[in-house]
Amino acid sequence: MAYSEARRAAYQADLAGIREAGLFKEERIIHTAQSADVEVEFPAGESARPVINMCANNYLGLSSHPEVVKAAHAGLDARGYGLSSVRFICGTQDIHRELEHRISAFLETEDTILFGSCLDANAGVFEAVLTEQDIMIADRLVHASIVDGMRLSKAQQETYKHMDLEHLEEKLQESQDKRIRLIVTDGVFSMDGDIAELDKICDLADKYDALVFVDDSHATGFMGKRGKGTHEHCGVLGRIDILTTTLGKALGGASGGCVSGRREIVELCRQKARPYLFSNTVPPVITAAANRVIQILSETTERRDKLEENTLYWRRRLKEIGLDIREGSHPIVPVMLYNAKLAQEVARDMFAEGIFVVGFFFPVVAKGQARIRTQISAGHERHHLDKGLAAFEKVGKKHGILGMGKKEIVEKFGL
Amino acid sequence: MDEVEQKVLSFVKKEYLDEDDDTELDENSPLITSGIVDSFSMVSLKTFLERQYQIKIPDERASAEAFDTVAKIAAVVREIRGN
Repeated sequence: MAYSEARRAAYQADLAGIREAGLFKEERIIHTAQSADVEVEFPAGESARPVINMCANNYLGLSSHPEVVKAAHAGLDARGYGLSSVRFICGTQDIHRELEHRISAFLETEDTILFGSCLDANAGVFEAVLTEQDIMIADRLVHASIVDGMRLSKAQQETYKHMDLEHLEEKLQESQDKRIRLIVTDGVFSMDGDIAELDKICDLADKYDALVFVDDSHATGFMGKRGKGTHEHCGVLGRIDILTTTLGKALGGASGGCVSGRREIVELCRQKARPYLFSNTVPPVITAAANRVIQILSETTERRDKLEENTLYWRRRLKEIGLDIREGSHPIVPVMLYNAKLAQEVARDMFAEGIFVVGFFFPVVAKGQARIRTQISAGHERHHLDKGLAAFEKVGKKHGILGMGKKEIVEKFGL
Repeated sequence: MDEVEQKVLSFVKKEYLDEDDDTELDENSPLITSGIVDSFSMVSLKTFLERQYQIKIPDERASAEAFDTVAKIAAVVREIRGN
């Protein structure tokens, strides 16, 4: 038997190593639909208990919205469960093209191509549109799927310090001998909620004849006054050459992603991107529901407005309580604890108080930057937020961290 | 420290530390295991070395282990340059 006892023991040792390093990920099991109120089984085997979810990417509260669920049912009835095909053989339905057109209109781009996920979009796009004569210059904190996508491309890879546009400019100057310079950034960075300065990035792109790539997964649907994304927020609609985003967060939260942008780049992806060519079409049920989501967002900004209001309240009150948060305006609101063990303990205590949050620490974030990443949703009502705040106050008091900044927390708990 | 080590150390400080970062670095400080340089941003270090010394570093030579200190990086550069 190829999978011998020795091989099994070696894999078991690998897993033990992950546990010993404190990096083993335990999944919490949800026994309800995704929502502000969920019932969670954790640890496995315990009975599920009601908690408030403050760690989902369900920014607009659409993941289980009745209108979206209804559209999904209708799509299932009208267009079936699966296509048993990739797009280019017999997997393209009218609703797929409808969704691509709707997304282009919403994002104000020239064209759009759907992928099974944004990870797939990022895995496919660089290899499809760049050659060894080109260079990709990426912010150092871009999403892991971008890093993987860049590695699949033959173009040269370069990086610049997070959000440091002087550093980016140096790299652009140094790469003037390349055919294409592609600046690569997230619109919003997932661990900090930092918003890329796309206006300045687009100006640099103009100055040094570069293209701009933005992964807007943590922004599509709610950043900017009409919720179009970071490019609207920064006033650069029409200036982003390649925009990737997901249907798996604010836009209903199921799965699916896309590349949107310049017509020729999108068409090249349709002809050459391997995750598009060699994996199944997005299922009709998701496509139909996403069509409804885009329709809702095009009709009203009510949900993104509520998200903005909730975020402002949450950020203001956390500071008043005396917690150290990353400044900003995004619904990703990291409560900084710096020490990994403290972050784990606070997350555990919050769960005991009925608040579902998760601690993040190295290697997910830099060493000494451990935090609880809270995420606000339009699905949260004021009573959800107030319960979360009361829990943070109680747990913060228990650990003696209220009113403390980085220096004091590090002095007390170490890094 | 020889000239290669000095040049690499000065590049690492400029490229990977923020201006207000007072981390003390010398030729034996761990760069990757300490989290100062990660496997993604390491490409910038490789590009610098290739441009500065007009060499091509094969991917298998640019491992996290081989690039963990300035002294080790300088050794790779010297070996590829043949001196």
